[in-house]
Amino acid sequence: MTDTTHGHASSTGISNVKLGMWAFLGSECLLFGGLISTYMLYRGRVSGGPRPSQIFDIPFTSVSSFVLLMSSLTMVLAVSAAHKDDDRKTNLWLTVTALLGATFVGGQVYEFTAFYKEGLGFSTSLFGSSFYTLTGFHGVHVTVGIIMLMSLVGILKRSSVPGKKAEVVEMIGLYWHFVDIVWIIIFTLVYLIPV
Amino acid sequence: MTTNTAETKQEHGMSNAGYIRIAIILAAITGLEVSTYYVDFGVLFLPALLIMMVIKFVMVVSYFMHLKFDNKIFSFLFYAGLVLAVGVYAAFLATFKFFIQ
Repeated sequence: MTDTTHGHASSTGISNVKLGMWAFLGSECLLFGGLISTYMLYRGRVSGGPRPSQIFDIPFTSVSSFVLLMSSLTMVLAVSAAHKDDDRKTNLWLTVTALLGATFVGGQVYEFTAFYKEGLGFSTSLFGSSFYTLTGFHGVHVTVGIIMLMSLVGILKRSSVPGKKAEVVEMIGLYWHFVDIVWIIIFTLVYLIPV
Repeated sequence: MTTNTAETKQEHGMSNAGYIRIAIILAAITGLEVSTYYVDFGVLFLPALLIMMVIKFVMVVSYFMHLKFDNKIFSFLFYAGLVLAVGVYAAFLATFKFFIQ
């Protein structure tokens, strides 16, 4: 189906903004692919520091994962409301998404603090370095997403969205869902599969 | 360019109830994933986890990110990046004998 309803369409009828976002997300796959591969290679190199099985708190991380997963639902509801030009619901769901994202990041900060207290610093071992780099990069992506969501809420309230409003919400939604799918992979490969 | 409401609804094909159903399925799969930590699945442990991970990934990309309903060029762009990443890093890990450890 050709997308002809959005602004800034190219001669193909496809939105340039959307095309650019998907190309960006494709390139992000390469970034996280590198980080995940490096972690997989080094996860057993503990160098006398704590092992993953000694420090991971699976029930806690499961709840965090569930929170991030549900934020994808609230994000898609925001996109749906934006397509119906329902500003009130769009703002509501964007705010809920940002709050769920903030809960996830808060959980990650708590987790990092707990791991550090248990002896896993960034330079303790190759496992520590690759773990903090991977999950830290993901956390930064979620934080950037939260900033974008809250900025969008502010912009929507001032009704000064550049271009088509629904498309802007959808683009931020695509980014948000991307950080969710990256976490789906991290949760399984890093937390659930033992070394 | 004007927005055609009917077309928009068709492109973003699912209702809110549909999205909630997808979220419930995703939550149930996550529950199953977590259960593998507590229940011994034997030789099925690793394949089951990987299959559930892929199912969740594809469901979010297809339904929440609308790839299933959107122009196929977007699918090509995203999956090309993904396949390239998987290929490159599988080769990278293979050079370190990761798969025969």
